[in-house]
Amino acid sequence: MDAVTVHRLQFGFTAAFHYLFPQLTMGLALLIFILKTMALRGDEEANRASRFWAKIFGVSFALGVVTGIPMEFQFGTNWARFSKISGGVIGQTLAMEGVFAFFMEASFLYFLLYGERRLGQRGHWVAALLVWFGSWLSGFFIVGTNAWMQHPVGFEITPAGTARLTSLAALLTNPWAHVEYMHTMVGATITGCFTMAGVGAFYLLRRQHEANAKRFLSVAVVIGFIASAAAAMPTGDWQAKMVVKHQPPTFAAMEGHFFTQDRAAMILIGQPNMQTLHIDNPLEIPGLLSFLTYRRWNAEVKGLTKFPREEWPENIPLLYFCYHIMAGLGTIFIAIMSLAAWLLWRKKLAGSRWMLWILMLALPFPFIANTAGWMTSALPSRVPKTSRPETLASRCSGSSDCTRCWR
Amino acid sequence: METLWFCILVFMLGTYVVLGGTDLGVGILHLFVARNEAERQQVIHSIRPVWKPNEVWLIAAGGTLFLAFPAALAVAFSGFYLALMLVLWLLVLRGLGLELRYHLPDVLWHQFWDVAMSVSSLLLALCLGAALGNVVRGVPLNEHGIFFEPLWTNFHVGEQTGILDWYTVLVGLAAVVALTNQGALWLNASVTGEVRARADRLASWLGPVLMILLIVLDVASFAARPDFRGGLSTRPWGIVFPVSAMGGLVLALTRRRSKPWLAYLASCAALYAMLCTATVSIYPNILPARIPANALTIQNAAAAPASLASALWWWIPGIFIIAGYFAFIHSRLRERGPVGEH
Repeated sequence: MDAVTVHRLQFGFTAAFHYLFPQLTMGLALLIFILKTMALRGDEEANRASRFWAKIFGVSFALGVVTGIPMEFQFGTNWARFSKISGGVIGQTLAMEGVFAFFMEASFLYFLLYGERRLGQRGHWVAALLVWFGSWLSGFFIVGTNAWMQHPVGFEITPAGTARLTSLAALLTNPWAHVEYMHTMVGATITGCFTMAGVGAFYLLRRQHEANAKRFLSVAVVIGFIASAAAAMPTGDWQAKMVVKHQPPTFAAMEGHFFTQDRAAMILIGQPNMQTLHIDNPLEIPGLLSFLTYRRWNAEVKGLTKFPREEWPENIPLLYFCYHIMAGLGTIFIAIMSLAAWLLWRKKLAGSRWMLWILMLALPFPFIANTAGWMTSALPSRVPKTSRPETLASRCSGSSDCTRCWR
Repeated sequence: METLWFCILVFMLGTYVVLGGTDLGVGILHLFVARNEAERQQVIHSIRPVWKPNEVWLIAAGGTLFLAFPAALAVAFSGFYLALMLVLWLLVLRGLGLELRYHLPDVLWHQFWDVAMSVSSLLLALCLGAALGNVVRGVPLNEHGIFFEPLWTNFHVGEQTGILDWYTVLVGLAAVVALTNQGALWLNASVTGEVRARADRLASWLGPVLMILLIVLDVASFAARPDFRGGLSTRPWGIVFPVSAMGGLVLALTRRRSKPWLAYLASCAALYAMLCTATVSIYPNILPARIPANALTIQNAAAAPASLASALWWWIPGIFIIAGYFAFIHSRLRERGPVGEH
C-alpha cells in the first residue's frame, strides 16, 4: 500500500465518519424549525417535541463540529499539494462557510437549546430559523467546494501551475453545485425524518410518551414522504443528467453499463464482472436506462467500452455497488414513506404495529444511503493525488469539463 | 494586499486566542477552582453558551489561511502532521467533554469528562504555544519549500529540529500560563462566591509568573533567532507590542478586584499584543525557515491578488455580521444577571 492510498483511506474515513452527523443535524434543523413554527401557532405538543429534538440536535451538532475540524485540517496535512494548487479558489468557499454559516449556527444554537425563556416564543422561533438557515448555508458552501472539484469553473491556471479565481460569481453559481446541493439536502432531510419517525415508532411500540410520539411521526412521515420522492425525482434525476453530461464514463460505470446500446436496460441487482465486462446474475428492466437518461425508450446510451481505459474510474465494482446501494435504498425509502403517509392519512398509522416496526428498524438505513451516495460522488473523480500536480495544469487548462483532473 | 490579509489572519487567530483561550483557561482551571458539583456547574455554565462560537474563530482562521496563503497551509500542515493529529484529538476530546458530560447523571461519567476536558485544555494550550514557537523559531524548510518535523529530536534549536525543543517548550509553557491567567480573570469577572475568590487568588500569582516568563521569552527569542536584532532595528515601532502586553498584564493584576471586567479586557489586549509581538518579528515571512533563504514569505505563499481582492468583498460585511452575533450573545447573557441561571 503506497502513501497515497493510506492518505485516501485516512481522509475517506474522516469524511465518512464526519458526515454521519451533519446529515442528521441538517435534517433535524429543518424539522425543528417546522415544529417551532407549529408551536408558534399554538401547538403545545409540537413545542414539547421541538425541545426533545433540539437536545439530540445539540449532541449531533457538537459531534459534527469536532469531527469536521479534522477535515479542514486534513486538506493541509494529507493533500498539501492539492491545497497549494487550489486554495485560491476553494479557500473562498471554505472560508465563507466559517464566516457566514458556522458563526450563525454556533451563536444561536445555545439559544435554541436554553434560550426559550430568555428570548420568548417569537425570539426562540427566530433562533430555530437561524440555526436551520446556518446549517443549510454551511451545506451549500461545502457542496460548492466539492462541486468545484467535480466540475471546476471560474478559474484559470497560472504559469506557476496554481488555480487562480477569475469569477467568484461563477464559483457560487456552478450548475453542478446547485444540483448536488439539492440532492444532498434532500438526503439529509430523509435522514432527519427517518430518525424522528423511528424514535416516534419506538415510543409508540413501547406505549410511552404517546402524544409526543404521534407528533414526531406525523411531521416526520409527511416531510419524509416529500423528501424521499424528491431524492429520486427531480433531484436524483438532475444529478444523474449532470454526470451523463460531464462525466460519461463515470455514469456508465455507476450503472454497470459496459457496451453501447439502444434500449439500454436499467440494472437493479447484479455483480459487475471486470474480466468479462458483464453483469453476472442481473435483474434488469429493459429500456429503462435509455428512458431515464434521454426520455426515449430506444435512445442510445454510451457504454464504458466506448471510452478509453485511462478515463475509466479506478474501482468500478465499488463505485457500482455504492451507487446501487444508494439508489436501491432510496427506492425502498419511497415505498416505506408512501405506505406510512397513506396510513397516516387514513389515521391508522399509530395502530399499525407492523408499520411502526418497519419505521423503527429503518432508522439506520438513510445514514448508509447518504454515505454510499457520497462515495459514489467521491470515488471516480476528484482524487487529489499529491504526486502528480502537473496533470491539473495539462488536463484542466480551460474551464471546460474535466473529469478526474486531480489524478 | 498580502499584508492586509496577513493582518486579517493575525486578527482572526488573535480573536481565537483571546476568546477560545478563555475557554481553554477555564477548562484547565475548573478542576481546581470548583470543589463540588454546584460550583462546577457555575464554572462550566460561564463558558458553555460561548465556547462554540469562540471555537469557530479557529475554524474561520483556518479557512482564511487556506484562502489567502494556500502554500503556507499546505507546507505547514503537512510538515506538522504529527502535532496536528494530536491537536485534532485534543479538540475532539474537549468539545465532547463540554457537551456529553451533561447527558448522563453518572459520577464516573462526569469524572471522566471533567478530567478529559481539563487535561485536553492544558495540552491544547501547550500545543498551540509550541506551534507558535515553531513558527517564530523557523522550521527546517528545504530548497523545495517543504519540511517534516518529528515530535522532538535532541531538544536543541538547530538545523534539524523537532517540534519540541527548549524554545518551543518555553513558548508552550508561557501559553499555558497566559491562558490559565486569562481563564482565571474571566471567572473572576463572571462568577461569584467561593469560585471567584479562588480564581482571584490564582490570578494574583499567575500574572507575575507570566510577566517573568515573557521577559525570559523575549530574551530567549534573540538567542533562538539571531536575526531578530536586525528586525528590531528596521521596525523599532514593533517594541510597542511587548511593552503593551506587559502594561495590559499589570493593569489586569492590579485592577482585578475593583474592576474585574476591565482586568479581563486588559488581559485580552495583552494576549493580542503577545501574538502581534510574534507576528511582527517574523513579518514579512509567514513561515520562517532555519535557512532564511528557504522561508515562505507572504508574497510567495499568497493566493493570486484577484482571489484576495474578491474575498475582501464578502469578508468585510461578514465580520460586521459576526460582531453583531457576539454583541447579541453577550448582551442577552448579561441581561438576566449572573450566567448559569436559565
